[in-house]
Amino acid sequence: MVATTSPQRWKHLYSVLTKSGPFSDEDWVPGPETISALESSKILVIGAGGLGCEILKNLALSGFKDIHVIDMDTIDISNLNRQFLFRQSDIGKPKAEVAAAFVERRVKGVKITPYVGKIQDKDEDYYMQFKIIVCGLDSIEARRWINSTLIGMVDFEDPESLKPLIDGGTEGFKGQARVILPTLSSCIECQLDMHAPRPAVPLCTIATIPRQPQHCIEWAHQIAWQEQRKDDVFDSDDMEHIGWVYNAALERAKQFNIAGVTFQMTQGVVKNIIPAIASTNAVIAAATTSEALKIATSCNPYLENYMMYAGEEGVYTYTFEAEKKPDCPVCGNLARKLTVNPNMTLEEFIETLGERPEAQLKKPSMRTEEKTLYQRFPPQLEEQTRANLKLKLKDLIEDGQEIAVSDPAYIIDFRFRLAFQ
Amino acid sequence: MAEAFPSALVGPSSKERKYDRQLRLWAASGQQALEESRVLLVNSDEPWGKHNTGVSGVVGVETLKNLVLPGVGGFTIVDPAVVTEPDLGVNFFLEEESLGKSRAEETCRLLRELNPDVDGSFYTKSISELLKDPEFLPQHKLVLVSGPVKRPSLEAICKAAKEFGIPVIYTRSVGFYSTFSLQLPAAFPIVETHPNPESTQDLRLLNPWPELAAAGASIRNLDSLDDHQHGHVPYILLLLHHLEQWKEAHDGQVPSNYKEKSEFRELVRSSARTSNPEGGEENYDEAVAAVLKTLNPFSLRSSLREIFEMEECKHPAPDSANFWIIAAAIREYYQRHSVLPLPGSLPDMKAQSADYVSLQNIYKSKARKDIEEVTQIVRSLEAQLGPRPAPASDKDIEVFCKNAAHIKVIHGRDIPIVDGEATTLKAIRNNIDIPDSLVPTFLAFQALDDIITDIQAGKISEEALDDEKVWGSAIDHILGAFQPEGASTIEDGDARERILQAAQELRRTQGGELHNISSLTGGLVAQEALKVITRQYVPLDNTCIFDGVRSRSEMYKL
Repeated sequence: MVATTSPQRWKHLYSVLTKSGPFSDEDWVPGPETISALESSKILVIGAGGLGCEILKNLALSGFKDIHVIDMDTIDISNLNRQFLFRQSDIGKPKAEVAAAFVERRVKGVKITPYVGKIQDKDEDYYMQFKIIVCGLDSIEARRWINSTLIGMVDFEDPESLKPLIDGGTEGFKGQARVILPTLSSCIECQLDMHAPRPAVPLCTIATIPRQPQHCIEWAHQIAWQEQRKDDVFDSDDMEHIGWVYNAALERAKQFNIAGVTFQMTQGVVKNIIPAIASTNAVIAAATTSEALKIATSCNPYLENYMMYAGEEGVYTYTFEAEKKPDCPVCGNLARKLTVNPNMTLEEFIETLGERPEAQLKKPSMRTEEKTLYQRFPPQLEEQTRANLKLKLKDLIEDGQEIAVSDPAYIIDFRFRLAFQ
Repeated sequence: MAEAFPSALVGPSSKERKYDRQLRLWAASGQQALEESRVLLVNSDEPWGKHNTGVSGVVGVETLKNLVLPGVGGFTIVDPAVVTEPDLGVNFFLEEESLGKSRAEETCRLLRELNPDVDGSFYTKSISELLKDPEFLPQHKLVLVSGPVKRPSLEAICKAAKEFGIPVIYTRSVGFYSTFSLQLPAAFPIVETHPNPESTQDLRLLNPWPELAAAGASIRNLDSLDDHQHGHVPYILLLLHHLEQWKEAHDGQVPSNYKEKSEFRELVRSSARTSNPEGGEENYDEAVAAVLKTLNPFSLRSSLREIFEMEECKHPAPDSANFWIIAAAIREYYQRHSVLPLPGSLPDMKAQSADYVSLQNIYKSKARKDIEEVTQIVRSLEAQLGPRPAPASDKDIEVFCKNAAHIKVIHGRDIPIVDGEATTLKAIRNNIDIPDSLVPTFLAFQALDDIITDIQAGKISEEALDDEKVWGSAIDHILGAFQPEGASTIEDGDARERILQAAQELRRTQGGELHNISSLTGGLVAQEALKVITRQYVPLDNTCIFDGVRSRSEMYKL
């Protein structure tokens, strides 16, 4: 690569790379080698959305020269209030490509390689080429996937196989940034229960006793659509589909004298919209890229390992060290304990796994050491094990027995030890 | 069958779609306030000596980015600087072709590209020049000042803004550290503070109004209900019912301490039916869980008590803002009833649809009645006060009543400087020795301000930015401010050592910005700006310090 490093241009950055600070490690050697280590560090950004746009800009202005970015999405009008690399005329184009081109144009000498697609399309060889991975995602599932992939890649003989993962996330005025050293520090899976999903409304409420406008929307989305338009695949980006659900929900709300169904709320419920603003993204993205710079250059100590931010009342941050859990299904070697009601059927247990903060598995298959309890695929096996769904847990397993759970969203098995209530 | 529910003809407008993700935070009212506001950014003052162009102004530009995207009405950039090579290494809103051109003009142009709905303008004159025009400042709802700047300039801006009641945010970002302070008017009231929804529930179970009490009495025949009905009685009614039972057995008294409440909770728990197939009842579980949280007598929060004691609340004047008229009316309401107007919201709970809706209506009608009473008080106060620019709107009164328990008034303070207010000195003294305190970092920034002031006055050269002796004496000068009161804590070598350490990190870049830290700070500052402009949520009071070495921050009232 052609070096376009002008010392004048990078004056401020170079001064922290060529001069020790009061908190830099004593063994650190500042100077040209540190600069060239930074400039030759290949770095991967996962997500080119609200956080991703900021992360790309920040990395380019932090002296990284070889940046890759993955995102499968295209640009939507609702992105424009924060995803500042996109314009009205970019709507419909792939985020990764537009973002990469914009930052390359603006910051001279940086190379940004976009990939439009899923992180799951790429294998270990691909991830092995990077020095650091920075995530700006809105999906817990994708985070868990990259986390377990990076942990699986660690070869203790080869220090280069350990890829620091820096993760950012936001919701409204709140967010968090965390640094994960796969196998060495607390991982995404260790911290899973800190990010519990919102509890779902019970189906019987939706089907028979709605009380809130949201219940009416869920009914229109989950039940009325199935009954009346089952041949159309529901698309939450299709305004006609949302409009239909909105009207169906309105009708139901009227029937039950429930006030408050709006179009905006309908969209929010069916798309599970999380509020997002530019300023929160700026805070969290810069928190992650500041750590990337520190890790790539050692110019200051990096975050160990979690910073949360809340901006509703003043500026509040809390920085702490999340603990590595010995029973983490991904980086630990003990099975994670789940307390269950032994009278629950296997089917009910499977449903709860989707919501339990410590599991969050939507399509699990499971087995004990001796037998398969339920297997979704292939169909023959599904048929063979289907009868187990109606059986109670106490008739299938022993108190304290370990089960292995797999889920199509993840490459690894999760080990749980089921303790009876 | 697809026709059964015809599609809506009117969906959201393209503007609503563009701003959807933020409207869910501050609603149309916040958006309107934002769109009606113009923000002034003073992004540099003058160079630091002969060879240093001075503040890069990245925090300022990044802050504006975060305000232009959500659709602030407009912005004005004041920046006499010309774009130099180092600017291109830190500022994303400049490009190769910008070199040698006006930085105000170039950043303004590239920021405007972000949102066609936003107006942007720029001045290459200095702020002191512009302040001579009395009409200049009042066009703006907020002033951002990128520091460090020399003291006299900062003081002139803050003084002028204070006269017009315009809030000011003064920011500095150097190396891995940043800090900013917010100067608000002497009284800055907020109605929509957006507290945690759980803390806003006011169910009045211990002192139900007649309609609610009647609803509680309507389930006297609880035992005769079949299992399905019994399992669907809203927990609010269960609690009211069992409270009556309790009162009969306890001389008409409600459970008032932890022991009694625990006993009461057992009474409720034991009334659940367990012979059904589920082995229990969800509505009873909800009732049991709610006992300790909801069975508390009404008490006025101390923040509100303080507001009620404020002169303007007790005796609003003809020129008082509508906030004070409504606050005075709420105060009057409280004096009459010993409670606040009912917010009227009801949490979701296990219940049949119709039962829930009718209970909800009992809460809603009471809230409406309370709003009517408050409105009457407001109107009579308005009549007493004589002609006013605009009467309080019904909408404002309604929003106020719903949020009454959580309103806030922040008493704005000046941008803190060490040789300024006595309260600032005191706050610094109280916080400097706390382990991990970031006050030493704040004091290092104060020393930097002093050094910049001397450089801009021509007393010392820009070499001073990394000069051991200059920094040492600047820090000693600051510590000297604490001497008259004989503060042994500040003399203590440890504090000086920590300030020197922080100063060393500032000296590392000779006052220069790192993009990450400035971008993060621009995010924090924009967040505060949005809260000030929309008058929603609670802004900083008054200083934030960010430590990028340790990835943490602290807030101080300085």
